[in-house]
Amino acid sequence: MSRGRVGLFATCLVDLWRPSVGFAALELLERAGYVVEVPRAQTCCGQPAYNSGDAADAAELARRTIALFEPFDWVVAPSGSCAGMLRVHYPRLLAADPAWAERARTFAGKVHELVSFLVRVAGVERLEGQLRRRVAYHDSCSGLRELGIREEPRQLLCSLEGLELVELPGRDECCGFGGTFCVKYPEISARMVDDKAAEVEASGAELLLAGDLGCLLNIAGRLRRRGSRVDVRHVAEVLAGRLEAPPIGGEGA
Amino acid sequence: MEVASLAFHQAARRALADAELQRALARLRQNFQSRRAQAVAALPEFEALRRAGEAIRDHVLQHLDHYLERFVERAQAAGAKVHIAATAGEARRLVLELLQAHGVRRVTKSKSMVAEEVALAEALEAAGIRRVETDLGEYIIQLANEPPSHLIGPAVHMTEERIARLFAAAHGEPEEHDPKRLVAQARRVLRQAYLEAEAGITGANFLVAETGSVITVTNEGNAELTQGLPPLHIVVTSIEKLVPTMEHAFTLLRLLARSATGQEFATYTTVLTGPRRADDRDGPEAMHIVLVDNGRSAMLGSRLQPMLRCIRCSACMNHCPVYLAVGGHAYGWTYVGPMGAVLTPALAGIDRTYPLPEASTFCGRCADVCPVRIPLPDLMRVWREEAFRRRLAPLHQRAGLRLWAWLARHPRLYRRLFGLGVRLLAALGGRRRRLRRLPLAGGWTRARDLPAPEGPTFLASLERRR
Ligand code: SF4
Repeated sequence: MSRGRVGLFATCLVDLWRPSVGFAALELLERAGYVVEVPRAQTCCGQPAYNSGDAADAAELARRTIALFEPFDWVVAPSGSCAGMLRVHYPRLLAADPAWAERARTFAGKVHELVSFLVRVAGVERLEGQLRRRVAYHDSCSGLRELGIREEPRQLLCSLEGLELVELPGRDECCGFGGTFCVKYPEISARMVDDKAAEVEASGAELLLAGDLGCLLNIAGRLRRRGSRVDVRHVAEVLAGRLEAPPIGGEGA
Repeated sequence: MEVASLAFHQAARRALADAELQRALARLRQNFQSRRAQAVAALPEFEALRRAGEAIRDHVLQHLDHYLERFVERAQAAGAKVHIAATAGEARRLVLELLQAHGVRRVTKSKSMVAEEVALAEALEAAGIRRVETDLGEYIIQLANEPPSHLIGPAVHMTEERIARLFAAAHGEPEEHDPKRLVAQARRVLRQAYLEAEAGITGANFLVAETGSVITVTNEGNAELTQGLPPLHIVVTSIEKLVPTMEHAFTLLRLLARSATGQEFATYTTVLTGPRRADDRDGPEAMHIVLVDNGRSAMLGSRLQPMLRCIRCSACMNHCPVYLAVGGHAYGWTYVGPMGAVLTPALAGIDRTYPLPEASTFCGRCADVCPVRIPLPDLMRVWREEAFRRRLAPLHQRAGLRLWAWLARHPRLYRRLFGLGVRLLAALGGRRRRLRRLPLAGGWTRARDLPAPEGPTFLASLERRR
């Protein structure tokens, strides 16, 4: 029996860069008993515009996304950053718009990041599956601070048979991606991601996971450039047991 | 001090390549973060204290006129003279006039970020008044002729080796590396300066409206000697430092010490109410308090008002990955790190400072540690909106973003265009599934590979499967 209809907001990065994450999310949500739909007209949540000070364009994209997804019982995104945008920032962005303020608030209440949705809303406590690898989990800043996601991914990962979780010492430190930041300040971003990559290597992990593709592309890119052996994947791929696609940025050296 | 924030990019690049600076920053990160973390862990009610601090500061800002009036009245009743300076220039002029009226040629000065903000040191020098900084960090940067790079550790950007070289040159003694002996050298110079000074200039951490008192905290005791020994004491501070009562001040002092250095309380806390009275054993004969506005009252009632809650603890910069990568000087003005990225545009103008609020990943760590819960990333976004409105960012950046936003509203075109783009990138990535170089993406690929997209987009693959 269906537990409700979920609109999957794939996020522009997953849609364009890593469909495997979208399929993993679909599978996890369907296994948890939801009917999942993926509206075709979805694009980007507008965060690049919002964070660049272009509030008008961001609001336009917010209205679009709300209209597209408000018919669903839940809206789930495999990204803390995009879910944070929809849940925390849309209501602020549209607060002064009388026609949309209320709609944005109601909509925001339905939005969740994928892994926290599984644990908090769907009540998933453990997952079947196994992975005999030593794994590090990187907390994305928006997932951690805007949505308070810390234990949920760790709980589900630890339920997989054979998986050993190691903690990074700077686990509440940013990887330096920051959306447009990595383009505007490439040198500072490079320093930050190098610190993070060094920490990942030193942790002894064989596989690095995170819930946000932005961080993952950044860290994977730096790890590959350093010639590291650590593989990189989105947490949803591991939780769904879908490892057929090669890791992000290819295999480690 | 000239506003050099437009050169943030270049300064940041230089800072990243400066090995000595990087060593100093690594040490700063270690020390400040762990000390604060320990202090917070030792106080279960720290979160409640933060909320209390926020509420006190908000209340004051909502009734700033009232508390300002009361403070002036009480401070004058205690014998101090209070002056309001609307601008930096007015503040400099006021202080110079006071010094000249008292025939002062030599001053000692303890830490005051507001004095730095209004460029008081340069004004004193131009007027031929000798100034000796009595805070050890300030003393060091005075010798080096550099601006501070941190709110409470003005010389944190320097390594001990560099300080040793500076001291040897300034004191005419052989190079000394034992920190204790270095401090002893500085003490000798400072002792003489204290005795010779005809006026002492200090800042203020808080101004208590109820009593007209000025509160300063230090770990070296230098503010006491600066304000207590010479016959004239001038306080240079800003209008938003007010708190209603002594009790409020102490709540904030508890937050300040823990957030700044991880102490429960600063080593020296001085409450000064008016100049020396007839039966006092010591203290200045005259006390003047210069309250600087310099753009602050314009922030009241605006979206930036929460920034005025700041108690200058430095926690935000100590936890900021950008500050810790480039140090304070890159910010190009008095206030640095996340608080500087919000305050500097307000005081110096966004046209001259727009790179600062952009220099953040919005990771949010600053807001997490701020003792008065200032939503620093949200306030940086306020400035980004203003910069966007004024078209301050380079045209190609703005045009690129607007094009993206436009395409995102036209899903068919978006799909066709980006679908093609990612397939091309996937092909270029080949079997290694990454690109080492890509035209127009040099910023990314100089330091990291670009992981290649898988090929078809999610939505396209989904359609094919279903
Ligand atoms: S903004 Fe907050 S954390 Fe930063 S110096 Fe001010 S009070 Fe401290």
